[in-house]
Amino acid sequence: MVRFVMRRALFAVPVMLVVTVLSFVLTAFVPGDAARTILGPDATDEEYARLRSEMRLDDPLVVRYIVWLGALLRGDLGRSLLNNQPVVDALNQRLPVTLSLIVVAALVTAIIGVAFGIASAVKGGALGRGLDMLASFGQAVPDYWLALLLVIVFAVNLGLFPATGWVPPGESVSRWAERLVLPVVALAAGGITGIAKQTRDSMLSVLASEYILSLRAVGVPMSSIIFRHALRNAAMPVLTVMGMIFVGAVGGTVLIERVFALPGLGGLAVSSTLYGDIPVVQGLVVYFTAIVLVVNLLVDIAYGLLNPKVRVR
Amino acid sequence: MTVREHLLDARDLRVVFKGRRGKPPVAALDGVSITIGDGETLGLVGESGSGKSTLGRAILGLNRVQSGSIAFDGHDLFEWRRRNAREVAAALQVVFQDPYSSLNPTQTVGQILAEPLQAHGMRDRSELARRVYEMLDRVGLASEYVDRYPRQFSGGQRQRIAIARSLMLGPKLIVCDEALSALDLSVQAQVANVLMELQRELGLSYLFIAHDLSIVRLMAHRTVVMRHGQIVEQGPTDELYSAPKHPYTQALLAAEPVPDPVEQRRRRQARAALAQRGPMATA
Amino acid sequence: MTPKPSPTKAPTRRDVTVSLATVTNSSPAVGSARSAEDRVLSSRRSPGTIVRLLLRRPVAVISLLWIALVSIASFAAPLLMPRDPYETNLSKAYQGPSLENLLGTDQLGRDLLSRLMIGGVEPLSGAAVALSIAVVVGATAGILAGYLGGVFDWVSSRWVEISMAMPGLIVLLVVLAVFPGNTMAAMVAYGFLIANPVYRVVRAATFAVTPELHVDAAKSAGLGALRILRRHILPRIMGPLIVQATLVAGVSILLNTGLGFLGFGPKPPATSWGALITEASQLIVIHPWMLVPTGFVIILTVLALHSIGDTVRDITNERWAGMPRRARRRQVPAEAVVVDQQPVAGPEGSALLEVRDLTVAFGDDRVRVVEGVSFAVNAGEIVGLVGESGCGKSVTGRALVRLLAEGGEIVGGSIRFDGKDIASMSEREVNALRGSEISYISQDPMMALDPSFTIGTLVGEAVQRQEGLRGSAQKQRVLELLAAVKLRGPEETMRRYPHQISGGMAQRVIIARALAGRPRLLIADEPTTALDVTVQAEILDLLREFQSRFGMAIIFVTHDWGVVADICERAIVMYAGQIVEAAPILDIFAAPKHPYTEGLEASNPHHATRGVPLPALAGSVPAPRDWPTGCRFAARCPYATPDCKEAPIPLLSPGPERLSRCIHIERVGTREGVTK
Repeated sequence: MVRFVMRRALFAVPVMLVVTVLSFVLTAFVPGDAARTILGPDATDEEYARLRSEMRLDDPLVVRYIVWLGALLRGDLGRSLLNNQPVVDALNQRLPVTLSLIVVAALVTAIIGVAFGIASAVKGGALGRGLDMLASFGQAVPDYWLALLLVIVFAVNLGLFPATGWVPPGESVSRWAERLVLPVVALAAGGITGIAKQTRDSMLSVLASEYILSLRAVGVPMSSIIFRHALRNAAMPVLTVMGMIFVGAVGGTVLIERVFALPGLGGLAVSSTLYGDIPVVQGLVVYFTAIVLVVNLLVDIAYGLLNPKVRVR
Repeated sequence: MTVREHLLDARDLRVVFKGRRGKPPVAALDGVSITIGDGETLGLVGESGSGKSTLGRAILGLNRVQSGSIAFDGHDLFEWRRRNAREVAAALQVVFQDPYSSLNPTQTVGQILAEPLQAHGMRDRSELARRVYEMLDRVGLASEYVDRYPRQFSGGQRQRIAIARSLMLGPKLIVCDEALSALDLSVQAQVANVLMELQRELGLSYLFIAHDLSIVRLMAHRTVVMRHGQIVEQGPTDELYSAPKHPYTQALLAAEPVPDPVEQRRRRQARAALAQRGPMATA
Repeated sequence: MTPKPSPTKAPTRRDVTVSLATVTNSSPAVGSARSAEDRVLSSRRSPGTIVRLLLRRPVAVISLLWIALVSIASFAAPLLMPRDPYETNLSKAYQGPSLENLLGTDQLGRDLLSRLMIGGVEPLSGAAVALSIAVVVGATAGILAGYLGGVFDWVSSRWVEISMAMPGLIVLLVVLAVFPGNTMAAMVAYGFLIANPVYRVVRAATFAVTPELHVDAAKSAGLGALRILRRHILPRIMGPLIVQATLVAGVSILLNTGLGFLGFGPKPPATSWGALITEASQLIVIHPWMLVPTGFVIILTVLALHSIGDTVRDITNERWAGMPRRARRRQVPAEAVVVDQQPVAGPEGSALLEVRDLTVAFGDDRVRVVEGVSFAVNAGEIVGLVGESGCGKSVTGRALVRLLAEGGEIVGGSIRFDGKDIASMSEREVNALRGSEISYISQDPMMALDPSFTIGTLVGEAVQRQEGLRGSAQKQRVLELLAAVKLRGPEETMRRYPHQISGGMAQRVIIARALAGRPRLLIADEPTTALDVTVQAEILDLLREFQSRFGMAIIFVTHDWGVVADICERAIVMYAGQIVEAAPILDIFAAPKHPYTEGLEASNPHHATRGVPLPALAGSVPAPRDWPTGCRFAARCPYATPDCKEAPIPLLSPGPERLSRCIHIERVGTREGVTK
């Protein structure tokens, strides 16, 4: 098991390398150059040349990448072209917002989705058909549109939750939670239906399997069959889907943060893209990829815990 | 074509499968030699993992052979297949066990039967049609089945279709890999009869692979018993069944229940005695 | 609909000597519109069938129409739109739907319908670009990886693994940072990213098809790789590919509108669906209506794509499934229901189990697959339930413990065990009996153990349930049980997982578990069919030992007459859902009293002489929907006379402890009609 986790964790290295190389090569084609962006149109040629050599813009791409990578390993992602703030500071300042959103949404998605899926698999009938309908809607409704709908209904008309803004949990947990409700619902809704459907489908196929039959044949009670045997075996395909949904949700935060004006990484991603603030964009790529890798690793570990074929040979 | 004694002469075949997940490689065939004469049926029996299916697949070119040689119809089979795979395919055919997955569900019976001919360059539609109808008739299927899909047929009918397909190119040898095993008793008898009739009519040779000893006794002129990738005993079928020499063959024959309660009781007692003599019977 | 070929009509044995002339004369079906020649190569329903079948489903047709409507409205907007989408008229701002502006107006008084129409160009063309790239790249790579395997598969699969760990939207933002405002570049990049799931699905489907035997058969027929791909593999992956394509199209539209919502897209006053939602989002307090039309168009378009995908999935599942599709709906005529009051009892003695008139039906249309089955089993007796596939023997066995497969139901009769009727018990009451009084073991031991638990846990669970033992006492009892079924190294076996043991060991474990509660009746459903003969002999010995040691009765469901001869004391033969014969074992082998039993025994290769054709029964077991009113075996019976087909045949008693469902008992055994 330890070896299995190590192997999956090591997989992060090539992913990170490929992703950063790609983003580095791509951004090398940005029209105009960073020195001009910083200095503005009024700078002299001398100033420009000095800054270029300071920023090592004249070095070959490979050298620049290695320098950048070396700095990354020391926790330095350069400075924003826009306001000269260290990129790491800018990102760390915003990270808690995005992480709150992702972690809470992931927990909500997993718990409600699986519970709903089990219930509909065991009860079947109308609940099952209703879930099928909901699931197709869940995959078709854009989450930012749903977010706007929630704002209209719950914030504007009912006034139950604040429409926008952010309070750090250190300041007030209740106000932090209050402001997270609508964004989390918007981000989680599609995933909940997707996971519920997958849970239902794989529960049903496991419940129809020979080994469940043979457990019933020796009188093992239904509760033990559902929660001990069926759920555990049904969990594997659910985990795969969960991993994909969580990765999708990481991207979804960009849109949701925009709707609720949350000061997270997503807002920064949009503004730095629009302004061509390349160091920040590259920093964001590193952060988001790291989040995705952690999510995937957690899914892999859960998979290994559930599946003896991964652990035991 | 060179002078030859047997239709098929396989010598010292060795097939090794890569071990899964760090396990050592497994020799699925470990120095196996067999011969099959013209118009002869060679029975191949053994339990799961004995390598009997691997041998069939090795001859068909579906498994890579590490060492050994196969002479088929006077040619070096491997060399011949490299040079002209279609010619080999015409002479060496196969009928598999599972009548469900062995027919492409997206093709009609007519398309399934015509395909080998088309692959060999036949374009004349009326000739194709004539050959397809002729073959349907040969295996005892009504001609109106020609544009139906495999899923519309029962297991026995599907197996007839598979046999018909194997005959389209006029082969000399057909590898029957558990070809009757999935069929019910009454249907199994029908299809066995079709195979025997075709052999008489067309002078076909069969490599008849099965785990069921009694069906091999019915079909095979000579029988080979395999275990762990090796041949443990071979000989004329009647001789081998009535007086098995190798302890494993004895154990295998003793273990098979016969549909006769009196005889079966006697055999059971004999088997118990055999088991006491040596632990050979239980692997 | 194509009628299912009636198996009884098929000639079963044919003289092979057929001259070519007679073949050509006799072969073409009379009354066919197409010539015999045409029928050989053409499909009954011509190619491109997925599309054709799609057009028969209303939901799919509506979805296709909607997508066509949206596409035409968007791309032909300049010709079709009712008003100029750029014409501002502040006096008409913030209006709801009206005859003049069907979907109302925006903050500048521009016509929303017209803006919605031109706004579709961006997401639809963006999605089309991403979709084309994803399908071409993903499907090509997937087929090659699945078919070729090896290095190509390794490299492409590693790449997919890596690129699936990239957060899509972020990658697109990088692209947009490089190509400012160029959403088409972003959609191209997205096409490559979203090719990953397409690749995965196509590769998996190719992997699944490639080892199928028809592909091996095609290779053996000398077909080239390209031809095999085209004829045998492509048709099978079309379904999954189309399903995946609809998902890709949907998610691409959502992504593109998302980008538009973030401000990436056509420059104002031009617009896109995403940009329309951004505009609406700024006005949600004063003019929330603006959110509705765009949102609904997006949702409906994606829904339409998904429902096409779902329909294609259903069609492919039904159409390309290897197994026969359910036959046409046809109710078994009411008069075919035979009621046998007389239970087939064994030798005198109070029966442990007494089944009367057991009738089991499946599916929404209640097709009866077991009808009026009555028999009894005495304590300590081993009874064989014998027959071919489709005769109802396994269903009967499972009905006795109320473990019928999904859709199955006992619709009549009683199952008295120890005086109580199992058929009318609550699930809780039946479950209390299972394992403690009656146990059931099924055919494939490798499938019958939960792969996620160790053997020790799996057997321990039954021990805890049946004997209430926990901890070390439980472990002790598990070890005892494993030793009792003669597993070598029980300690070590306890720690193993099901995938680490052989089929024979697995069946021993299952028997150990089934016997944990010392049941008085064991229902063994083909317990040795999946095993090698030497292992089978050991398992049979084991069951015999338990029967004699504990006086446990066994109902042994099997198709193998050798196994019946070995272990059973009495045999009950089933055919087409009914009992057709019952007799003590010596009698049934010495002198069968039903033509079916006789025919089965005759066609057993054990009795055959090498090379001599077997006396074969014609035809095969009819499907439940095709059961006739009269004798169900008549169509295959050499002794059949017209009165056999007139009315249901009752079970008759031709001798002590014997029953036969045949009105020609006196002729059975003369073998006059059995073809040699």
